[in-house]
Amino acid sequence: MSTELLMPQPWVVQKTERENEDVVTLTLAPESSDHGFSFLPGQFNMLYAFGVGESAISISGDATTNGSMVHTIRDVGAVTHALSAAHVGDVIGIRGPYGSEWPIASHTGRDILVVAGGIGLAPLRPVVYHIIENRHKYKDVAVLYGSREPKDLLFRAELESWKDHNIQVEATVDNATPGWTRHIGVVTTLIRRAKVEPRGAAAFVCGPEIMMRFTASELTGRGMNPDDVFISMERNMKCAVGLCGRCQLGPEFICKDGPVFPWPRMSPVMTIREL
Amino acid sequence: MKDIGHIISEHAFFSDLPERYCKLIGGCGKAEVFEPGQFLFKTGNKATQFFLVRHGQVALELHAPGKDVFRFQTIGHGGIVGWSWLFPPFTYMFDARAIEQTRVVTFDGLCLRGKCEEDHELGYRVIKRFANVMSRRLVETRLQLIDVYGRE
Ligand SMILES: Cc1cc2nc3c(=O)[nH]c(=O)nc-3n(C[C@H](O)[C@H](O)[C@H](O)COP(=O)(O)OP(=O)(O)OC[C@H]3O[C@@H](n4cnc5c(N)ncnc54)[C@H](O)[C@@H]3O)c2cc1C
Repeated sequence: MSTELLMPQPWVVQKTERENEDVVTLTLAPESSDHGFSFLPGQFNMLYAFGVGESAISISGDATTNGSMVHTIRDVGAVTHALSAAHVGDVIGIRGPYGSEWPIASHTGRDILVVAGGIGLAPLRPVVYHIIENRHKYKDVAVLYGSREPKDLLFRAELESWKDHNIQVEATVDNATPGWTRHIGVVTTLIRRAKVEPRGAAAFVCGPEIMMRFTASELTGRGMNPDDVFISMERNMKCAVGLCGRCQLGPEFICKDGPVFPWPRMSPVMTIREL
Repeated sequence: MKDIGHIISEHAFFSDLPERYCKLIGGCGKAEVFEPGQFLFKTGNKATQFFLVRHGQVALELHAPGKDVFRFQTIGHGGIVGWSWLFPPFTYMFDARAIEQTRVVTFDGLCLRGKCEEDHELGYRVIKRFANVMSRRLVETRLQLIDVYGRE
């Protein structure tokens, strides 16, 4: 194993955007221009906040944009707090990209459902970008997005603009606050409102595990082939290259076999309480 | 123009129901349109109807004096609104209000309850469908309550 894989490279924060109270999007560029990079939708990097520690963060930008890397970070603890507090010009260590991709490119000619909960929209955004850039290759597409409250929704203005690409976009919240006139209820309730019929379609699902479990069950209950449901797992990880075993779940290492898995590979382990 | 029996036979809620039952149930239904803001029913009203949403969106709401209305769920295309007509005290517990122009089939619950009492086979099939809606709503409500997105 090359040590380079474990060695963070310095990246400079170019832009910070506050998405909501506890989520920030960072756009970064490599400090030295000599290392090119590319990634696939669904992959993640290990982001190192110097002096604090490292966290796995999915890439939320466009895989075809060269020269910058976009990450959307929710402040939940020490590392993500330090990363979220970064200013333009600060340097962050990045190693990656790691992990499996959303198999969107191999699902051309199909109806597509993108189902996201909370911060789960960030790892799915590159899928939407891919669809937009190749819109003619896909049939009906719907993005279904659930969050706790209206103020928690990510990429709000952008969500609206996806509709211009013949994509159905529906958002729902658990708790409506005054002024919210759209759906109320968990994200699974949007599935029956989608113009995409689950039978014959493929789904890309990301959010909390409970949400993914219920979403997969609703989709397969409505006739979607379980092999066409893909989820992205977020379990604690350390090395990100399948060495340390921290993110092992049953026979799978989330970091190198995942984070994106076909539903049938994860469903048996996701219902085991001890795992 | 399609008759109500035909409309409901194409609908998932009534799927697999024998034609004669679709006709029977259709006999208790009429097509209606609610404008945005218009109430389908209000808390405390005698519950005599239920609604199949064909297009649009209905919000379920609770209100308390001096407080903002609490809107806790929306039901869209294909959804069923109202089951209080089935069980005592036959009183609506919430307000149901159209939040956009909403086309529904409104069913006379008294008429259907009478038919179910006369024909228990029909009654069983109707109750089974409503039980399914209720159990789904319960699961969805539980997920809404546990603050699933806060648990990432
Ligand atoms: C493949 C992958 C992709 C991810 N993508 C993103 C992303 O795009 N944006 C984002 O904000 N977060 C993402 N995460 C989660 C992120 O890695 C954790 O939130 C972060 O490591 C927490 O570290 P901390 O020091 O800030 O908090 P800690 O103090 O370590 O933990 C705070 C809380 O977060 C939980 N937690 C810690 N690590 C993880 C983890 N890896 N996954 C889930 N929960 C964790 C802890 O159990 C604890 O409840 C991803 C995780 C993985 C595995």
